[in-house]
Amino acid sequence: MNDVVITFLSTTFDKAAQGLAGEGRRLADSLGVRLHAVVVGKPEADFTANLSRVADKLVFVDQSELSLYQPETYLTALTQLFQTLSANTLLLGNDTYSQELAPRLAHRLGGSAVGDAVALRVVDDKFLVTRQVYGGKAQAVIELKRRPAVVWLRARAFSPTSPRDVQGEISQLTLALQPDTRTRLIEQKREEQGEVRLEEARVIVSGGRGIGGPEPFESELKPLAELMGAQMAASRAACDAGWVLPTWQVGQTGKKVSPDLYLAIAITGASQHMAGISEAKTIAAINTDPDAPIFKHSRFGIVEDYRKVVPLLREKLSELRK
Amino acid sequence: MNIVVCLKQILDPEIPARDFSVDTEKLEARQGSASLVTNIFCENALETALQFRERSGGAKITVLSYGPASAEDSLRKGLAMKADAAALVLNESDTNPDPLRVAQVLAAAIKKLGIPDLIMLGRESGDWGVGQTGGLLAEELGLPCLSFVDHIETVAGQLLLKRQTESGWEQFEAKPPVVVTITNNEYNVPRIPKVRDVMSSYRQPLETWRPEDLGIAAETTNQYYEVVELFVPVKETSCEFAQGDSLNERVEAFAQRIVAVINTL
Repeated sequence: MNDVVITFLSTTFDKAAQGLAGEGRRLADSLGVRLHAVVVGKPEADFTANLSRVADKLVFVDQSELSLYQPETYLTALTQLFQTLSANTLLLGNDTYSQELAPRLAHRLGGSAVGDAVALRVVDDKFLVTRQVYGGKAQAVIELKRRPAVVWLRARAFSPTSPRDVQGEISQLTLALQPDTRTRLIEQKREEQGEVRLEEARVIVSGGRGIGGPEPFESELKPLAELMGAQMAASRAACDAGWVLPTWQVGQTGKKVSPDLYLAIAITGASQHMAGISEAKTIAAINTDPDAPIFKHSRFGIVEDYRKVVPLLREKLSELRK
Repeated sequence: MNIVVCLKQILDPEIPARDFSVDTEKLEARQGSASLVTNIFCENALETALQFRERSGGAKITVLSYGPASAEDSLRKGLAMKADAAALVLNESDTNPDPLRVAQVLAAAIKKLGIPDLIMLGRESGDWGVGQTGGLLAEELGLPCLSFVDHIETVAGQLLLKRQTESGWEQFEAKPPVVVTITNNEYNVPRIPKVRDVMSSYRQPLETWRPEDLGIAAETTNQYYEVVELFVPVKETSCEFAQGDSLNERVEAFAQRIVAVINTL
């Protein structure tokens, strides 16, 4: 069979996970095959309930060798797992681990990988993936020439599917794994950053090089973001300068976000940055330069020094939102 | 400790969008006014290697590239930044080799150089941005791999690798040899070579091979994937600038637009 497999390395049914499940379902339906969901981790009630209304078969793998992410062991596990299923498409999310594993997994399975997909289709048995290239300046359609097709999807670029009436069949699997300790995770740190992943945020307030230092992020942008119910982010320039955490970086090489509103403050809008926000519904900008590229992508904007705008904007927003 | 850093030469990704166009026949970007530069993450990788050498008190760093004859410039710049040796595998035929082909060529070159303790690559390139070469190279060589690393140290013969994740960072111990892909942070901004070192880099030896010299077919069709379409998406957005006689009025208008969007959520 040419079934489709979707793989979850965490058990949160967020927008990204819903999109992954939805696209898996649509692809399986269009090919007339079954959809398998492979989940590494504890089968949590909510997650399982949601996923079982989308996938035909759910396989949970929860064993001590996989309690921490060890890249080599995970890779072996996923290779084995996939081989137990009669499938030739493997879809993954956009988390760090999936991105890291996808090409190696494809290599071990004799398939082809591509990542950051924003659209998938199979035409005349050709597996075609659309993704951005050249820092978002162009789009390419890439044909994967080997099977399985191993593809990780951009978060929120794919829509969820409505739950089905039938329940998928749930099973547990225990793999025979030899821990591979050539690399070994010894410490893990989550940086403080809102309650939701940046990729999931509906409103984002983002600052660039023009912010001028770390303090205004704290004193000016943070209270504004709080008023707007927004997550905070930054351009690569601001992250490289060490003003904010690298996890805040949005752009081709940072996070690819798709909020409903992206407020870009003192961000020029180099294509590197724009590649990270191409899926944003509305972009708004505050910038001193009316010719800044960011305005070419913005629905609305204001040409002014953010130092003058932001304090006033906070006042106005608190009045308007009363 | 021996280190190989892989460098890719690309069209300068910083050119403005209006100067960018694609050749829909050859399925690649036209060079236009863009100069050729070393991919920034490859330079971050080299910078990370150089700092590692400085801290650990010694390592031999070889820069390696698979590309057209012009890729020599990236390698010379690597030497000017103080890499110890350079090797180029000439790509005289493939315009767009897929990442598996690139990984196979690099693997063959690395075997010829002798498997080092550490193989470093950029996390992805500024042109196609596919981000697979490191992982595929590790598989070709049968080595472990870690991505998005931004700091490397050595402790008692082990490597200590710090890498960025979507939500923070992770620290790994690794037994060499290992392949790492490097991402940017505030400390690995590539150094600017001294003029004197740039001059002397052109007098240093540079190994040049053809794929045949490494036992690899010179010309090959892509087995892994093929770009079948390339286009510049048309985006029509016109920006409405906040109007008003005073700053107060303009910010008021701007605030109303923001609230209008937020209220629909």
